[in-house]
Amino acid sequence: MTLAYYPGCSMHGTSREYEESLLAVAAALDVGLTEIDDWSCCGASSAHVADHLLGVALPARNLALAEAQGADRVLAPCAACYNRLSGAVHAVAEEPGMAARVPEVLERPFANTVRVLSIVELLQGLAPVIEERVAARLEPNPLEHLNVAAYWGCLLVRPAEITGFDDAERPTGMDDVISACAANPVRWNMAVECCGGAFSVSRTSSVLRLSRAIIDDARRCGADAILAACPLCHANLDFRQGAMSLRGEPPMPVLYITQLVGLALGLPMSSLGFERHFVDTQPLFAHLAREADKAAAAAAERAAAKAAKAAAKAGAS
Amino acid sequence: MNVALIGDAGGGRRSVRSTDGATTEGNVPRVEEGATTLIDHRPAMPEPLAAYVRRTANINVARCYQCGKCSAGCPMGPEMALPPHDIMRLTLADDRARLFAGDSLWLCLTCETCSARCPKDVDPARVIDALRELAAAEGAGHAPRNVRAFHEAFLEQIRATGRLSEVGLILQYKLRSGALLQDVAVAPAMLRRGKLPLRPQHIAGAGEVKHIMAVCERERAHSAGAAPTAGASARRDER
Repeated sequence: MTLAYYPGCSMHGTSREYEESLLAVAAALDVGLTEIDDWSCCGASSAHVADHLLGVALPARNLALAEAQGADRVLAPCAACYNRLSGAVHAVAEEPGMAARVPEVLERPFANTVRVLSIVELLQGLAPVIEERVAARLEPNPLEHLNVAAYWGCLLVRPAEITGFDDAERPTGMDDVISACAANPVRWNMAVECCGGAFSVSRTSSVLRLSRAIIDDARRCGADAILAACPLCHANLDFRQGAMSLRGEPPMPVLYITQLVGLALGLPMSSLGFERHFVDTQPLFAHLAREADKAAAAAAERAAAKAAKAAAKAGAS
Repeated sequence: MNVALIGDAGGGRRSVRSTDGATTEGNVPRVEEGATTLIDHRPAMPEPLAAYVRRTANINVARCYQCGKCSAGCPMGPEMALPPHDIMRLTLADDRARLFAGDSLWLCLTCETCSARCPKDVDPARVIDALRELAAAEGAGHAPRNVRAFHEAFLEQIRATGRLSEVGLILQYKLRSGALLQDVAVAPAMLRRGKLPLRPQHIAGAGEVKHIMAVCERERAHSAGAAPTAGASARRDER
């Protein structure tokens, strides 16, 4: 499978580990990614606030480029980029006058033929392959002891007429990916609540309030880690966590969905970029290793007891 | 002399949507060519907000029955003087003064929770976007300095290079907001993690992006636009 790839601006900056782990996972799963040549910013958090047409035209330029470069599907791993690109596809298809106006503004031909894929759709589609690979690995999988809260945020599920690949209130696609990795999705309440998004810089107090509520709920519901699929959500939950007063609780690691899949596939840790996180993930991995050891010891004990029982039975007869 | 209706006898700028979806702005001529020039001395009335929202976003705010579902799920509701259902009500009531006086419109994160849950499909998030556009065009905006600074800095970055340099965004934001020391302490930790590439990326299409932004800006100035004063309609006539 080969897809056009729209990295978006954050993937080359604050969310480098998202791109690193994505490229590692894509290579492992035989997904070819061809970066759209000369892509530009989608306008994300600001263009649509200023001007509706600009909010459509900026992402549409990239769709037009992908089209000209012969792509029929484009992967947009950043949730904000995904939302803007999908939104442009929808606006051009549905809003009166847009289909004619946008190519004029872009001064490029644009037939609106490219489909935009989110990372969740891609990985959910690959879940059977991931599951097979995970089952084929010989060593015991420490991820079996990992409880993960799948955090969707806003932009992957809303508005439903733009995203539409999963339920807007109780989506399940990320849980499928978690299960394919042999980890355990937890049932929690904040999966589609907003983290404060683009107010990270301009109104940090609101972001701390909203992100804190998400982390608290994940902890209450028994999660060892939160799973994110958006650079902005990750920054708010991971980078901003240091500024939240956590009342002595241990920090909550926040993993990118591609990092989890990379772990499940047994890719080298160095290719997944965990060292770039602000919340240290080492205690989590140590905890998983301990749990795996404990489980192995318990299994060995059970096997020994069984053998002893069988031996005693053989002796008695 | 051609049709000239100075002022606006009908109380509001009109727009005509033709079947192909194109919208014609401006005062709709209602005087036959060659007729006596009428001068209306009543003050020009701005287009009612509900009509503006219907024209630009194709949403009928009168469908809102004030159930409050939007405000109940709004993450910023607790910080807003006017939570979403009040914004919907005041839009229908055409209460510009109260809508544009505070910062409620600018506290919307566009998380779309309201729009996803609205039982009448009124799409409050899109209404708020449209109102922000209008307020900005009329200079009536009271966006908090920091929020405005962020959006301006963001767009400035795209205008300059075609892509968003996060370092550039933060520096621009600091200059515009005056929050010079915010997050300075974390910069070394960011750098250490390789998260702050200092060199902006350059793309061949930077000029193209700049041009797209200029075209949209021009269009906005003419359309979403300023209250139809005599001067404004005169400018439109010139085109």
